[in-house]
Amino acid sequence: MALVTFREALGRAMNEEMARDQTVFLMGEEVAEYDGAYKVSKGLLAKYGPKRVWDAPISEGGFAGLGVGAAMTGLRPIIEMMTWNFGIQAFDQIINHAAKMLYMSGGQFNVPIVFRGPNGAAHMLAAQHSQSVEAMLTNVPGMKVVSVATPYDGCGLLKSAIRDNNPVIFLESEMMYGMKGEIPDEEYLIPLGVGDIKRPGAHVTMIAWNKMLHRAMEAAEKLASDGIEVEVIDPRTLQPLDEQLIFDSVRKTHRCVVVEESYDFASVGAQISDRVQRICFDDLDAPVVRVTSEFVPMPYAENLEDRVMPSQDRILAAVSEVLYA
Amino acid sequence: MGSDRKSRNEEKSPRKTPDGDGNRGKFAPVTDDLLIAMYKEMLLYRRFEERVHVAYTTRRKFAGFCHLHIGQEALCVGVQRALLPSDYMITGYRSHTQAIAKGISPNAVMAELFGKIDGAVRGKGGSMHMFSKGKRFLGGHGIVGGQVPLAAGVGFSIKYRGEDDIIVCYLGDAAANQGQFFEALNMAATWKLPCLFIIENNRYGMGTDIRRTTSVDHLWKRALAFDMAHSQIDAYNVVDVYNHVGGIVADMRKNQAPHLFEAMTYRYRGHSVSDPGLYRTKDEVAKFQERDSIVTLGAQLKKKKLATDADLEAWDLEAKKTCEDAEAFADASPPPPEEEVWKDVFVD
Repeated sequence: MALVTFREALGRAMNEEMARDQTVFLMGEEVAEYDGAYKVSKGLLAKYGPKRVWDAPISEGGFAGLGVGAAMTGLRPIIEMMTWNFGIQAFDQIINHAAKMLYMSGGQFNVPIVFRGPNGAAHMLAAQHSQSVEAMLTNVPGMKVVSVATPYDGCGLLKSAIRDNNPVIFLESEMMYGMKGEIPDEEYLIPLGVGDIKRPGAHVTMIAWNKMLHRAMEAAEKLASDGIEVEVIDPRTLQPLDEQLIFDSVRKTHRCVVVEESYDFASVGAQISDRVQRICFDDLDAPVVRVTSEFVPMPYAENLEDRVMPSQDRILAAVSEVLYA
Repeated sequence: MGSDRKSRNEEKSPRKTPDGDGNRGKFAPVTDDLLIAMYKEMLLYRRFEERVHVAYTTRRKFAGFCHLHIGQEALCVGVQRALLPSDYMITGYRSHTQAIAKGISPNAVMAELFGKIDGAVRGKGGSMHMFSKGKRFLGGHGIVGGQVPLAAGVGFSIKYRGEDDIIVCYLGDAAANQGQFFEALNMAATWKLPCLFIIENNRYGMGTDIRRTTSVDHLWKRALAFDMAHSQIDAYNVVDVYNHVGGIVADMRKNQAPHLFEAMTYRYRGHSVSDPGLYRTKDEVAKFQERDSIVTLGAQLKKKKLATDADLEAWDLEAKKTCEDAEAFADASPPPPEEEVWKDVFVD
């Protein structure tokens, strides 16, 4: 095992896949000579050269589309968005082209491409740099959506995403790139569509991903000292969603809280809540409670930003609510 | 090469162009045989679209959007004849005849229009989304200008593998005002990608005269912003188109670099079949029809003693028969089975 940062784990995944498959290339703003805006691609230009690692112009729609065209003709692009907020510029290519190509070509042209980058709020970046895009992108058929919370999951899932023959959206976070975690020395992959129990528990199921997974874990730790055992589930892949893992946990705990950075309206959490209440209706001892961001554009001031995002207090309150405590 | 392994609907190898694979980098001069072949192809595309129009309006065989290419045949044929089968093509939503030119059968195009299982894409794309992986025809796209970055990606892919193919990317005049067009041209020029961007300037973006929405008087001037090779010709004469594009393509194979070609053309029908075309005068349409590319070439063939009136008549009947057969084929093909709904959302 090696203790590595999140950015190193993601970089290792790209490095291994580029070594394994000559058709894999990386393109994005500042990914090459600058070694990545967040240093995720550090060393890749030096190792693979300018034919495989490309600094893109500030044209997210353009280079996303270039990736789609390349993927239609035999290559496996990794397209880095410096942030998914800029990735919104590329939604036409992602939604109208990448996701629909296989279907509207009658099964002829698949698009093996990864669009990856940090998602959601970082710290005091205000409205145009803090959007969580998973609710929007999981609502489009034809692509998979991965959202990772640990270096271990990041490396294993990014490798699978690169090998997948479909478009994969890969959501990271600026706030987690420096976070350290252990990953095996030998190569490993984690399949898409398989969730993970990050902490077992008997009393409440708590579902969270990306940065919110860590807030959920902190809340679970605090609750454990009060004798409340929370089972924390990280779906890791949001589309397709590992529903069975969630249902099995809820059938055991009979209580469910979802913590997400997105807004509450038509979100992944709303979907999970709908499915749990439909499929596990007789197992539930309380309605599913969701903790989400306040439905406002992200404010800049630190105290306001904290107020918008799911806080530990709000998570603890949600647990109390499902426990009728 | 994951996508190649997954290919279905592979078709037979495309028709050889006169110069064949053995002479890449050159293009053949127009022979009498080629002239006749190009005449027949233009005629077929005209008759095909006319039949599509009647099938849509009078016989109500299908619905949805339907954009006809009538009037623009010389460009379609001249370009295709200047390419090799291994070259790639991508286009917008006015794609029926370009699909046929690239090698998809009229039967498959008509069946696709009718929403049938034997259509080019199994009845799941319709008028705007013809595709053939085997023929390297990459669609058929409905977002105006959205195909232009894809073309840059195909050019990137060609260059990545060190091949000498080219990608032809058709777009309409109005697509040259889309942001993605500028982004794609910048990348193609910066990285010297073998992309031939062809603006089919039929002078109207739907019902809007392109001059009312565009800062430049000629769309080839867009290339100046990217220091990109560019050209403009009247695309009403198929021989001119063939020679012009043949020259560009031959050069592109040797010296990989993009080119923006503004082809001046005109559509006789509305933007789509539901458009009566009230934004332009009958005189204007008549002015272009007077020098119709098919009629003109027919007269030329007779003058050169390459065809008689009887030949032209026979070829016309032949073209009409092909289209009639295509409609019969499309009629006979069953609609897609219900399970197609869930098929091809993902590939393994």
